[in-house]
Amino acid sequence: MTTLKVNGHDHEIDADPDTPLLYVLRDELKLNAAKFGCGLGQCGACTVIVDGKAVLSCVTPLLLLKGKEVTTLEGLGTVEKPAPIQRAFIEEQAAQCGYCIAGMMMRAQALLQRTPKPTDAQIRSELQTNLCRCGTHMRILRAVHRAAHLMDTAELTTNGSAQ
Amino acid sequence: MNGPVNLDRRQVLAGGGALVVSFSLSDAFAQEHAAAGAPKPPGSLATSPYLDAWIRIDADGITAFTGKAELGQGFKTAFQQIAAEELDVPFEAIKVVTADTGRTANEGYTAGSHSMQDSGTAILNAAAQVRALLIAEAARRLDLPAENLRTDNGSVVAPDGRRFGYGDLVAGDMLHVQAEVKSNLKDPATYKVMGQPVPRVDIPAKVTGGAAYVQDMRLPGMVHARLVRPPSYGAELTECDTSSIEKLPGVVKVVRNGNFLAVVAKKEFQAIKAMRALSTVAKWNEKAGLPNQNDLLHVITGLPSKDSVIFEVSNPAVSGQRTLEATYTRPYQSHGSIGPSCAVAQLNNDVMTVWTHTQGVYPDRQGVAEMLRVPPAKVRLIHVEGSGCYGHNGADDAAADAALIARELPGIPVRVQWMREQEHGWEPYGPAMVTKLKASLDDSGAIASWNFEVWSNTHSMRPGGGGCMLAAQHMANPLPIPEPKPLPLPEGGGDRNAIPIYKFPNAHVVHHFIPSMPVRISAMRALGAYHNVFSIESFMSELAELAGADPVEFRLKHLDDPRARDVVEKAAKEFGWQKGQKAPQDHGYGFAFARYKNLAAYCAIASEVEINRETGRPRLVRAVAAVDSGQVVNPDGIANQVEGAILQSMSWTLYEAVTFDDVRITSIDWQTYPILRFDAVPEKVDVHIINRPGQPFLGSGETGQGPAAASVANAVANAAGKRLRDLPLTRLKIKDAIDA
Repeated sequence: MTTLKVNGHDHEIDADPDTPLLYVLRDELKLNAAKFGCGLGQCGACTVIVDGKAVLSCVTPLLLLKGKEVTTLEGLGTVEKPAPIQRAFIEEQAAQCGYCIAGMMMRAQALLQRTPKPTDAQIRSELQTNLCRCGTHMRILRAVHRAAHLMDTAELTTNGSAQ
Repeated sequence: MNGPVNLDRRQVLAGGGALVVSFSLSDAFAQEHAAAGAPKPPGSLATSPYLDAWIRIDADGITAFTGKAELGQGFKTAFQQIAAEELDVPFEAIKVVTADTGRTANEGYTAGSHSMQDSGTAILNAAAQVRALLIAEAARRLDLPAENLRTDNGSVVAPDGRRFGYGDLVAGDMLHVQAEVKSNLKDPATYKVMGQPVPRVDIPAKVTGGAAYVQDMRLPGMVHARLVRPPSYGAELTECDTSSIEKLPGVVKVVRNGNFLAVVAKKEFQAIKAMRALSTVAKWNEKAGLPNQNDLLHVITGLPSKDSVIFEVSNPAVSGQRTLEATYTRPYQSHGSIGPSCAVAQLNNDVMTVWTHTQGVYPDRQGVAEMLRVPPAKVRLIHVEGSGCYGHNGADDAAADAALIARELPGIPVRVQWMREQEHGWEPYGPAMVTKLKASLDDSGAIASWNFEVWSNTHSMRPGGGGCMLAAQHMANPLPIPEPKPLPLPEGGGDRNAIPIYKFPNAHVVHHFIPSMPVRISAMRALGAYHNVFSIESFMSELAELAGADPVEFRLKHLDDPRARDVVEKAAKEFGWQKGQKAPQDHGYGFAFARYKNLAAYCAIASEVEINRETGRPRLVRAVAAVDSGQVVNPDGIANQVEGAILQSMSWTLYEAVTFDDVRITSIDWQTYPILRFDAVPEKVDVHIINRPGQPFLGSGETGQGPAAASVANAVANAAGKRLRDLPLTRLKIKDAIDA
């Protein structure tokens, strides 16, 4: 058994230490957002945040996560109460099939936590790791800019509830 | 998608084939009794004429049914808009159920930009006719003429204010009637829901971690399977001692059936570890059989072909002086879904239910039934969304894989997902193609003669035939691969968009159909239109240059269709296209146009490309598209599709080729098959939509694919000062051309 903190809660995980975080999230914790895309760290569909940094969960084994905090898209907000990044992606309709989108959002979220007002070049550079096959890139970029703006506004009004 | 996918046991049992497909049987009856040659109702009502196959009003409220599969194009939202509009109810009052052999009409494949035309048109007309039936029923009850009644917000309203809710008016089999040929459709000027950029219904779940995909299904007691595919086409399993594998943690079963090899485990990562172990004990006999990927021009044109002249016009009075010839080639290209193919299957009471992201639940059911050697009634396929497919990828194969494995574990739901290298290595690719063009210009600089030849495989090896699916090919006692057939014109396959839309006094178009398929291929977004439009529209710009004419002006000079001219002029205007303009240093401008299949949506695209002369690296700076896909239902949906087409087609055109040696496919991941990344994403992409109120839906999923390729290629030629005709237009080819 390994204790793993995910989305603010401790979980006892019954999985081999070499199990990639992706399968812990999907199989043990029944979370949907992080996706299997390549298992090779090439596409970013599995991206989650670990201790504030965007991490490829498909190549990060459980044994490296001791004492760390994992955040997935589910931990940011809900349909009823979406986080700024989720609101932004809905408002920009930034998805086609949407399979890559959770990974895109988590990487963008990590960037925005670190750099609240990123330039367009910073966003593009950050998202370089993540692939989208539908060609939704223009909307994804717009959504990240919008999220930065929403977080900025949220901080002014609700004292940083933007996660 | 058909949600929710986290079904409880009761729903699963109910889904195990217990539902009766009443309207499908009714369809057969209707077809038998329809007089030959009699006019038919529009869209898919022609093949599934009962109104309650499309619209039902019952205790669950109002439901619209479609036999098409939501693949991320957003049409589920568009269909909801259509049904709400013609039924005169709020958008939220409609639920949409998508492709399911147990519940929806048989609409074949979700392909060819047909969903709006087939299913959208059926729902539009069915909804209008249902509304008319509801008014007639209210008129009967009120003893008033129907024309005195109106509908409002889900009710029929009398002049004195008396109202009947739709639910109160529907009784028994009232909607189980065949559609009339003509419907009393609303005036587009009165539309409230259609034409609006209604937000997509599927996006909230997708951005909050909801269960949105077949990959997210978790049925009670579900186990995980992984495949060990042969290392190459035609490889045979010679040795496989599975005893050590069966003892691995969590392993439930090793399934071996001829050359089909899979392992099932309780947990997903256990299955992956067991798959890796199994692949080390499996010994294969491989054979060389792949062609030379560096000489596809001669490989493709050297294969035996069936040749037909598909278009011929002749005016001996017009002849040309200056002539131009060019050859264009396209490699095999990958659909490259981000999520590898996946399916869940369960055998219950002799009925195999498969949840799948196939594009065709009915044809795929036929294939799975053939493979299992059971009647189709013993198989039910339910579409659940997957990762975008862009044509026939591994979805159908994964459905067959899941069924073949689940047959060995009765009662237990089996989820199978391919690994990345399996998706890249085994999906049926977009076929390699060759085109040879020759044309001449008359004194006035107009095209006097046009010759176009295209060499291509078929562009569909989809099931129906069970032998189309890998599991059925690999199992002991395999099913034969069906004979490939060319897809017939006017839509065509390899010859899709091979016939020029421009008016030429002399024209000759030949289709060389190649039955032999050295590499596994099938349908990829736009089929042959991608390469044919790339070829025609590259050549048009080459000819414009020869004529000393502006490329936009040159196209308009040969274009009669006013809707075609409108999109060309719109794209040029919005781009700021000016005759004789020169792009900034190392930049180039390109233009291209096509009407998809010469009968669907019109699309023109102007683009600006920048080339790094040191490295040869091309970058699309901006693109401006104009599109006419008839009556607009959801303008943001159309824009999303065309934006996506431009970026995806740009990626195909600049980067992508499947690679192989003489035995194995060697492009098996994103390192060996690179695609567009954010560093090469344009600064701006604009899509301008020309709405045509009241005109038929033309679809928009594929219309951008060919024009985007040619527009980018023309801009590359303009920037580099050299013309490249061999796809993809890679950095190295551009660098070599500049340095030559």
